[in-house]
Amino acid sequence: MSEPILELRGINKSFGPVHVLHDIDLDVHPGEVTALVGDNGAGKSTLVKCIAGIHPTDSGEVLFNGEPVHIKGPRDAADLGIEVVYQDLALADNLDIVQNMFLGRERTKGGLLDETDMEQAARKTLASLSVRTVKSVRTQVSSLSGGQRQTVAIAKAVLWNSKVVLLDEPTAALGVAQTRQVLDLVRRLAEQGLGVVLISHNMNDVFEVADKIACLYLGRMAAVVGSKDVTHGQVVELITAGRSGDLGIARPEAATI
Amino acid sequence: MSSEEGSMTDTTETPAQDTPPQGAISDFGIDTTSQSTGEAVRDYWARVRGGELGSLPALLGLVVLLIVFSALSPTFFTLGNLANLLQQGASITIIAMGLVFVLLLGEIDLSAGTASGVTAAVMALHLINNGNLLGGMGDTVFYVFCGLLVLAIVLASIMKIWAGAALSAIALVIAAVGIPANAWLEMLLAVCVGAAIGSITGFLVAKVGIPSFVVTLALFLVWGGVVLQFIGDGGTLGLRDDTIFNVANGNLNFVGSWVLFVVAVGGYAAVVLTRHFSRLRRGLVAQPTSLVMAKIGALAVLAAVITYALSLNRAPSNLVVIEGVPYVVPLVLVLLVIGTFVLDRTSYGRHVYAVGGNKEAARRAGINVERIRMSVFVIASSAAAIGAIVYSSKVGSVDPNAGGGNTLLLSVGAAVIGGTSLFGGKGRLRDAVIGGAVLAIIQNGMGLLKQPAAVVFIVTGLVLLLAASVDALSRRRAATAAR
Repeated sequence: MSEPILELRGINKSFGPVHVLHDIDLDVHPGEVTALVGDNGAGKSTLVKCIAGIHPTDSGEVLFNGEPVHIKGPRDAADLGIEVVYQDLALADNLDIVQNMFLGRERTKGGLLDETDMEQAARKTLASLSVRTVKSVRTQVSSLSGGQRQTVAIAKAVLWNSKVVLLDEPTAALGVAQTRQVLDLVRRLAEQGLGVVLISHNMNDVFEVADKIACLYLGRMAAVVGSKDVTHGQVVELITAGRSGDLGIARPEAATI
Repeated sequence: MSSEEGSMTDTTETPAQDTPPQGAISDFGIDTTSQSTGEAVRDYWARVRGGELGSLPALLGLVVLLIVFSALSPTFFTLGNLANLLQQGASITIIAMGLVFVLLLGEIDLSAGTASGVTAAVMALHLINNGNLLGGMGDTVFYVFCGLLVLAIVLASIMKIWAGAALSAIALVIAAVGIPANAWLEMLLAVCVGAAIGSITGFLVAKVGIPSFVVTLALFLVWGGVVLQFIGDGGTLGLRDDTIFNVANGNLNFVGSWVLFVVAVGGYAAVVLTRHFSRLRRGLVAQPTSLVMAKIGALAVLAAVITYALSLNRAPSNLVVIEGVPYVVPLVLVLLVIGTFVLDRTSYGRHVYAVGGNKEAARRAGINVERIRMSVFVIASSAAAIGAIVYSSKVGSVDPNAGGGNTLLLSVGAAVIGGTSLFGGKGRLRDAVIGGAVLAIIQNGMGLLKQPAAVVFIVTGLVLLLAASVDALSRRRAATAAR
């Protein structure tokens, strides 16, 4: 197996008296989809925000490509090549696809926007992801469907030669066909050699695209298992009880705070 | 920019290739083709039906108003009146252009009118007192004035809006040094004071976080009071200076008028064609060349007719000769071109639209939202100062009511009638020009028809209401279409 691109070692995070993350270890390998599952309040989104630099961690180490790094803000994460696609997609409705994909990082030539260059690059990226559902890259985002928007948001993350993409419930608000599109896209990201972390509540989605499943239970990493080695039921038990047979946290008492 | 019938070509870098690799990246294939005229027209129509009206309703309104008033009043469609119309509408249009930036963020600047009054008063005081603002304002007022300029410099520097800081600093230098009166210096001073006012407004909105409606409502009253303080109750400051008088009342000479025509049409053609052929060369979707040419041709003919008409003598008597394009036309054109350029072709403009469309998305994309929000107020107030120069020049004096009354409401009205959305994120600078023309025609035409002020107000108000309804309805339509 390849070296992990992103390693978390003993991450702790508290909000005041509430200890949200306990000694989290997680490896993200390039070319793999790691699903991050857990019940509401298990700390999934907090963990993603810690990686993205939105929340500072209290203790623990983050290694990127084997090197220890200090992520102090979203900019640091972006500079390393870590991109996050948020649940409430961060797209501006009144701009078109190209404008959104380059938002905040516009390409300029002599101080002016280089529209043709950006349009070509955006199209290349979408084409490389085999996005077939968008008619034109100059379509306004307001006229796109939910699935198409999610696609654009993900493509935006890919545009920057990112190494790790974190997806926070990308299919939560989508219909069946649109979910299909997005899951295909997630798979393709991994095939391109990116490390993908997918947060999801939907077990079908998880088993369909994930190579590894990381189960959070009350802020602890209950187990990281290969998706082929476990059953649907085992994962649900890990999510709800923190253990399943010999998997997960050894004694349930240890998990209580 | 889409159609189903474009022939497909490979999307990547080989636009000249005519054999379509079927099914490859098929859905972007259409992006690489040049549209036919029919497709371009159908595409435009589809967008209009989808709720993207832009300035279409205002343009239609403009034509209707021109026809109605020409039919009702024999003097309306005369050269003298049309030139007069341009000069009357210019100040409102210029203030409206600045407000478009603020409206694009979904904010409002209610103080733009009285702020423009302040800049006009400072300009007049500097002229009348031959550069001695200290003498013109009195000790206390002068020191407070300088203190506010220093504050503006500091606030603009904190937010790294260097243009605002620099202009405020120039205003402070001109005020403190007491350089003798010079028309150009006074106009520069007015714009600089406008930038300083905008820095203060913008800081209160963007950094302190008071809603712009409240900040500018309060400042609307404050600046109204400041104008009164500068001029004195019942007083009037006369602007006896040829240069300032000519801004709104002078005309280009015959040669100048045609030079303007050549520069304007040539510049437009150059920009449009460069862009068009660069897109074609790189294989991106482009409008048909014939349509682009037709647009340029139509504009050239229209501009030539207007230039020709305005270069004829339009004086009502034989004693004087009035001919040439009024100075306000190149002034508005230059501001329009610069502003449009900033909005469409620079990162700053893109960020303004992004913040107006989705503030959170802009923040996550790494855009400094506070800085953008503050900067638009600096632009609006600076533009208001230019508007102030024009209307003071038209009237020839500055009275305590300068910029008060309905100056502001007409300016906001002009932007909205032209198609700028009050909800933010949608609008272009030319909206202000078209809307300004609509309002100027209503005011001028109703005046010629000898309608009482009451009727003029009511009609103007109803037109604004109509424009706002079109905005709201087209938004609803856009929200439901294509989902």
